[in-house]
Parts: sequence; structure tokens; C-alpha cells
Amino acid sequence: MSFQNLILEARDLTRYYSVSQGPFKPAAIVKALDGVSFEVEAGKTLAVVGESGCGKSTLARQLTMIERPTSGELKFDGFDLVNASDHELKTARQRVQMIFQNPYGSLNPRKKIGTIIGEPLVINSNLAKIEVEERVRGIMTKVGLRPEHYTRYPHMFSGGQRQRVAIARALMLQPKLVVADEPVSALDVSVQAQVLNLLKDLQQEMTLAFVFIAHDLSVVRYIADKVMVMYLGRIAEYGQAEQIFERPRHPYTQALLASTPHLKAQNRKQRIILSGELPSPLSPPSGCVFHTRCPYAAPQCAERVPATEEFDGRLTSCLRAAEIAAELGK
Amino acid sequence: MSDQVQAAVVDDYIPPGPFREFWSYFCGNRGALIGFIIIVTVLLAALFANFLTPHSPYEQYRDYILTPPAWQDGGLWRFPLGTDEVGRDVLTRLIFGGRLSLFIGMMVVSLSLLLGTFFGLVSGYARGMTDTLIMRAVDIIMALPSLLLALAIVTILGPGLINASIAIAITYLPHYVRITRASVIAETSKDYVIASRVSGAGVLRLIFITILPNCMAPLIVQASLGFSNAILDAAALGFIGLGAQPPSPEWGSMLANALEFIQRAWWVVTFPGLMILITVLAFNLMGDGLRDALDPKMKL
Repeated sequence: MSFQNLILEARDLTRYYSVSQGPFKPAAIVKALDGVSFEVEAGKTLAVVGESGCGKSTLARQLTMIERPTSGELKFDGFDLVNASDHELKTARQRVQMIFQNPYGSLNPRKKIGTIIGEPLVINSNLAKIEVEERVRGIMTKVGLRPEHYTRYPHMFSGGQRQRVAIARALMLQPKLVVADEPVSALDVSVQAQVLNLLKDLQQEMTLAFVFIAHDLSVVRYIADKVMVMYLGRIAEYGQAEQIFERPRHPYTQALLASTPHLKAQNRKQRIILSGELPSPLSPPSGCVFHTRCPYAAPQCAERVPATEEFDGRLTSCLRAAEIAAELGK
Repeated sequence: MSDQVQAAVVDDYIPPGPFREFWSYFCGNRGALIGFIIIVTVLLAALFANFLTPHSPYEQYRDYILTPPAWQDGGLWRFPLGTDEVGRDVLTRLIFGGRLSLFIGMMVVSLSLLLGTFFGLVSGYARGMTDTLIMRAVDIIMALPSLLLALAIVTILGPGLINASIAIAITYLPHYVRITRASVIAETSKDYVIASRVSGAGVLRLIFITILPNCMAPLIVQASLGFSNAILDAAALGFIGLGAQPPSPEWGSMLANALEFIQRAWWVVTFPGLMILITVLAFNLMGDGLRDALDPKMKL
């Protein structure tokens, strides 16, 4: 991993929200992101995995500069995003684009497809109308839309086609990083594969880096180079995709992987059923946040906060990672 | 093979210009077209009233007081819709009255629509302190009976038609502000607004180009309904003597002044009422058509 290739670097990224609990109570603090560090290499895909409420979408909001992080470092292409002025952010924003989960909500229903895809260019460049249209038509062919779609409205399209429009819009400014917030989870399985392949092809062609947020692990396995598993705003496990899929070391990752259905019986894992729900982020459990649901929880887990440490070639935050590994190896 | 043929057919389709497209959808709605035709007719009649009417709207034919319409016993073809209590020709006054009534309607609706939409957009987008301030001010306006408030404003500004329209426009502001604010809040949370922000759109672009067009549907309906209320409220002000001043023909004040004759001379009351009804209906029909023609989701 050479240093120059890093397109995005996050160190101890945190984002807190204060939540009003009523007129006479002090505002509570939700730690939506609590000290997350990771890197994304140019042209590679980092998949962020976790259940609802674990901070995936908050992370996306920080990366796309919709919100500023509470603290921590966030460097994009060597450029400090946390302390940048609004004007600098505007320039940086052109290189980071986003694809949204719901293609039915992410396209303005009043605008034609051509206008929607061309908007980023109209805002960020002084190109003449004809040039914009030319570029829009160019990118439309690239993502597999037909030229006559240019003058249609979003409601005339299916989910898969809408997502293609959203992808085309994201690529209009030739970004280096695309944050995709569950881009295929609202689509049919057959269409999912098409869109994933399209993303992969475009990644190779344009050397795009993806931060791919997902909860479907089979999708992640297909597209990711690296995987970051999150739980309650913290990193549970972070490393190369093959390693994590072959030998998950954090009990949460193991439970997630075991819940993926497999066609062949020999590929199925022993199901680990997590009891209970994700704890409220308003009052996270003491010690290791996962200990309330962890099948391997020991008394020490409720007391000590595990550090995110290297173990078996990846980063994991489990106090008993080595013990569990030994136990499973038996 | 058939796929290719189909693609070729579709490729030949040249999209119409935005106005042509709008017009073809608007004409597809028969009610809207009828409304539009009525409005154009009334508007033209009001504009060219001098050439269309046989009498002056102020001329009092003292020998022909309360003449019934021509087709009734005692009616005269000189006065097709009869005369009023001082012998003025009702038809003439109706045609001239269109000028004032349409002016009041347009003025009130455009004023309250513009201001109301603006404050609603600011309030819904900015939220926080600005929102609270605007909304409480709006609540205060709403808490006062609208006619009383209009009265107070006219008293401050002085009587007259323009001042009356301004006063009525202010009493209608809250509706537009509230409707706009509610739609803006609903739209702002949608992904396409965030998408626009990620592409680098500034605040003005977000508000006016991205969000506003998506909030238009309820506003158009409210505006076309508000038109009728404006004419009626202007009549009420005229009735108290603070709106259109007496000799000038205005549908609302014609209606109000002739109320006492409703038993003896029905035509004096009925025709101004009918004119208001027809115009208002026409505006409502056209408003519906406008809303549908401007909404891409209604198109196939």
C-alpha cells in the first residue's frame, strides 16, 4: 500500500448530534460516529457494513461534506476537509459525489433527465448549453441510457434506470471518490447485478474510488476490496475483504456472515442468532458496546473499552479476539 | 428485430418546446380550456367596455328605475338586463365592473402569492429562529378576523381600491405562507435536494430552482380559490365605504348595495352574483388545469 495512492484518510472521525429530550431536560448526545479511522485507495472500493443505526449514513454525510465532523481528521486527496473554508469545500466537493439509496427520491420529479444529469456541470462550470448537452449525452451512453431518455421525466423510468441516471449524475464532474449509500438495496436482485457490474466497469474505466455502504454481504463480497464492519458508530472489524470473509475475527462480523443465505449446504455457516436489538445510541452499553448481544461476552467486556488493534492481518476491536479465534480453531 | 424497429420509431420523436408541451396538455383538459376561454372573454369585455356598451355606467335614467330584464313583462330591449335602483343599465355596469373586480382579484392574488411564497420558502428552509419569528407573525394575522384586520389596515392607509387590495392581500398571506412552508419542509428532507447540494448548488438555486417547483401544486389551487374570496372581501370593504367608492361599478359593491331589492327586483342582485360565480368558477377550472399541466407526473 503506497502512501501516494490514498485518496481518503480519516483519523478518529467523530460526529455527535445533540438531541433535545424535552423543555426541562438537558440535551442528550448521540455519538453517531465515535472515533472511526480508515483509508481509501484510489480506484479501490471500501465497503462499510453494519445494521441500521450503526452510523453508516452519518459517515456518508461527513464524506460528502454535507455536514462537518465534530472532531477528527478527514483528508481527501491530501486536502484537509475538517478545517477547510466554505469556498475550499465547494471546490473539493466536485471531486466527491454521491449515489443515494432510493432512486425514487433522489431525482427531482420536476426536471427532465438531461437537466438532472447536467446540473452539476451547469453549477460548477461555464460550459455552453450545447457542450453540457453533449457531455450529458456522452455519459448517458456510458451508463446504458438511450439518447431519447434525455427529455423524459424520472417517473417514466424503472428503479434500475433511475439508479443509472443517479450514477450518471454522480460521474458528471469526473469525481475521484463516489460515496454510494446502499445503491442497490432498493432494486430487484436481477437489476442489482446489472448496476453492480456497471459500477465495477466504470470504476476501472475512470479509476474511481468507492465508499460503498451496504448491509447485503453478498453484494459487498462481489464489489469490495476492503471491508469495514461498524457497530454503534465504532469500527468492529476493518481489513481486506477476502480475509474478513474467510476468517471473521470479531463476533459481530461472524454473526453477520452467518446470517447470509447460501445456496449450497456446505457453504452455510452455523447460524449465530443475536439476541435483542441494537442498543439505543443515546445510552450505549459500558465497555465494549457489543457485549450486550455478544455470544462470547465475559465480565471484563462490560468494563473495558476495547481498542481497535491489529490481529490476524486486520484491525479488530474485541478484547477476546485471540481467545475466540483459538476456541473456533479447535 | 422488433426491438430495433421500436427504437428507430422512438428515435424519430422530436420533443416539443416547453410552451408547446404545456399548451397541448392544458388543452387536453376540457374544463381548464372552458375556464380559460371565459376568463379571456371577461377580460376582453372589460378592456373594451367603452366600445361594447350602449350606455355610460354612471348615467341615471330616472324614468326607468328598476326596469326588469328585456324578456320579462315591462322589460325594454334598451336595457337587456334591466336597470338598478337609480336607473343605471345593469349590463353596462357589469361589463365595466369587470375592470375593477378583475383588477382587485389579480392584485390581491399576485401580491399575497408572491409575498406568501417568499416568506414560506424562507421560513421552511431556514428553520430555527427565522422560522419561529415568521410563523408567530403569521399566527397573529390569522388570529384576527380577516375583515376587521383589513378594516384596520385600510383605515391606516386610507380608503380606496388599491389600499383595499393591499389590505386584503395581507389578510390572505398566512394561507400562502403556511402552505408553502409545509411543502418546503416536506421537500427539503428528500434525497434530490441533498443530491443538488452535493453537486454544489447554492442556497438560492436550491430554494428557487430545486425546491419551489415541487411546492407549486397546492399554491396554484389556493391562488385560484383566493381569487373569488378577494372579490367578495373587496365588496365587503366597498359596502362599508372603504373599498371601491360608490358610483364606480364593481361586482361586489353592486351586489352589496342592491341587497334590499332582492324581493322586488331580483335582477339587480342576481346578475352581479352570477358574474362573480362564473368568473370564480372559471378561475378554479383554469387553476386545476394549470396544476395538472405543470406537473410532469400527470404526463405519460
